[in-house]
Amino acid sequence: MSELTLKSSAPAQRGHIASAWDRLKTNKNWLAIWFMLPAAVFLILFLAYPLGLGVWLSFTDARIGRSGVFVGLENYQWLSGDSTFWLAVFNTLLYTSVASAIKFAVGLYLALLLNERIPFKAILRAVVLIPFIVPTVLSAIAFWWLFDPQFSIISWSLKKADLISTNIDFLGDIWNARWSVIFANIWRGVPFVAITLLAGLQTVSPSLYEAATIDGATPWQRFRYITYPLLTPIIAVVMTFSVLFTFTDFQLIWVMTRGGPVNATHLMATLSYQRAIIGGNLGEGAAISTAMIPFLLAAILVSWFGLQRRKWQQGEAND
Amino acid sequence: MTIFTRRALVQGGTALGAAGALTGPALLDWAKAWAQSALWKPEKGAKLSMLRWKYFVQSEDDAFVKLIAAFTKATGVKVEISRESYEDVQPKASVAANVGTGPDLFWGLYSLPHLFPQKCVDVTDVANYLGKKYGGWVPSAVKYGKVGDKWICIPICYSGNMINYRIEASTKAGFSKFPDKSDAFLEYAKAMKKNNTPGGFALGHASGDGNGWAYWCLWSQGGNVVDKDDKVIINSPETAKALDYAKQLYGAMIPGTAAWNDSSNNKAFLGGEINWTDNGISIYVAAQKDPSKKHIADDMNHAFWPVGPVGKPTELHLMYPVMAMTYTKYPQACKALMAFMLEADNFNPWIEAAQGYLTHCLNAYDSNPVWTADPKRLPFREAAKRSLTAGGLGSVGEKAATAIADFVVLDMFANYCTGREDVKGSIAIAERQLKRIYR
Repeated sequence: MSELTLKSSAPAQRGHIASAWDRLKTNKNWLAIWFMLPAAVFLILFLAYPLGLGVWLSFTDARIGRSGVFVGLENYQWLSGDSTFWLAVFNTLLYTSVASAIKFAVGLYLALLLNERIPFKAILRAVVLIPFIVPTVLSAIAFWWLFDPQFSIISWSLKKADLISTNIDFLGDIWNARWSVIFANIWRGVPFVAITLLAGLQTVSPSLYEAATIDGATPWQRFRYITYPLLTPIIAVVMTFSVLFTFTDFQLIWVMTRGGPVNATHLMATLSYQRAIIGGNLGEGAAISTAMIPFLLAAILVSWFGLQRRKWQQGEAND
Repeated sequence: MTIFTRRALVQGGTALGAAGALTGPALLDWAKAWAQSALWKPEKGAKLSMLRWKYFVQSEDDAFVKLIAAFTKATGVKVEISRESYEDVQPKASVAANVGTGPDLFWGLYSLPHLFPQKCVDVTDVANYLGKKYGGWVPSAVKYGKVGDKWICIPICYSGNMINYRIEASTKAGFSKFPDKSDAFLEYAKAMKKNNTPGGFALGHASGDGNGWAYWCLWSQGGNVVDKDDKVIINSPETAKALDYAKQLYGAMIPGTAAWNDSSNNKAFLGGEINWTDNGISIYVAAQKDPSKKHIADDMNHAFWPVGPVGKPTELHLMYPVMAMTYTKYPQACKALMAFMLEADNFNPWIEAAQGYLTHCLNAYDSNPVWTADPKRLPFREAAKRSLTAGGLGSVGEKAATAIADFVVLDMFANYCTGREDVKGSIAIAERQLKRIYR
């Protein structure tokens, strides 16, 4: 098409050497750039710029409503000696690793189960999705009531059954609180893992299972040597997302504990919000957020290279 | 929160009218007369916008809207009001001050105008006029209102945070009257626990109730965050004493307070699980509104915070100042509105509609019937007079606000009470954070 344009415009520009702009306008390689430009602008404006701004803010002492001055690594130096920050890092890692591992195990189990021929399959699949559909804040409030120090239905039932004599201090005790929020996160996150893995399972051709069965493979062998290898790309994607979502979780914690008791459930995201928006110290909050980036990158790299290392997945021979 | 039906509001409104306040045409006539003689004449074609914190009780907002409508009719100045959750007013005002455009007036929380004193219209004339006319300002309001000799905002009201307690259980524990000294209060808490009628203060991140009791406890034992020059002096034997006191008190509380937020104690009190706590008047109002909780409303009362070894009240209540921004095109209109809001004919019905949630900062309003109509509201009348400012001995600016917002003192108490840190450790963590905030 560009050649056509060139030809038709050539007589009109007789004696005039096509300017660089003319060439840019019509060059096929540049055309691709023009087509990508809107997407690039969009990405830069709404993703790269905020990210860059956040990183920049972390090197300043900005406060809300006032741009700060460059202070270098001061925010990071301060955080490196801040026990609350390290507690938040520990909490975030614990929260992410435990919740993601359990979400994966339960999700895979549910996916395998739902992939079997069971009665009411469609309804069951829909039901599994419910925790995912309920708005996070709503489910967080529900859990907040379930775990209430005075009005918990769990404590109440156990008391009525004479199993305990006093209420369980779900959110007031440090480790109880951690397990409680992790439980809530798992409850919320399992459907995503389960349904996505289920979708992956359905792409596995039944003929492979038939062949394996004829060869006398046990159910475990069928899982280990057919399902699992074919599922790894999906697992990689799903677990990357799951880890990212869990690592950056905010709403559940904020509604249920606000980081308490005594910061025992503060995640990096909630601490960042508390310091930046509530406390007004944007620079320090941005530094906490920026400190999350290496962890997130590491998580992405691990799942990408760790789970997708097989060459055949990239169209080459297996080794 | 209580849900208000339209009908209930209309009834409430009529009841207030019947109580003798100026409403309807009477209010308008008065407003017109006021506008004639007012010291501040709004600029021609003036139009104002105001961002205020979102009300706790609908009836308060209704009265406020009525007041603004009267102002518009009398002066011809249209006022557009927007409402934000009270935690969000500060960031918005900061941004507006920074970029030099936004609402003409902000009505926010305690130290807001001190974040940008040079961006606030000098309202010394309004403050002096009101102070002279209405018996003077309470001391804490003066501290919040002024920078040097200049008033940069008009303190409108406080929202009090007082002790709420159950009468019968307290009497049973041997206390016919709520203890007014901190030592006696500790005995009281222990006796209540022994009788299986414990109470509790929030040790979770509860901005209102949690900070309220943490600062009371620190100050009552003589501890302070900073001295008068904003030097951090939290690391003191008095702070250690306050921590020990708090730990003993914590031992006498109902289990689970480390997880409490601002609404937990309301729930627990209304559910009959606790028998003393600190709160605004909202528990009482909710108990009165709900027929099934009438027995709680009848059996509860409010009290001042017990006085500690320092020998004077050490309470922290929330102040709401209104300020005009220097970028406004209509400073005279702003001043007129500020003065109008606090004139008796406007302020009396309005504070009455607030049912005790809000306490005046001008001494003359002590005589408002809202306080005497129900004696259980009486302690809240003194909230403004008994309150210290957010900075304690120090300044009331953004540093104090950040320390409160970041829960530094509250976390110090929580660290020690829950046994996470020893005295030294909890003070050291707080000191480190405070030194950064106050650098």
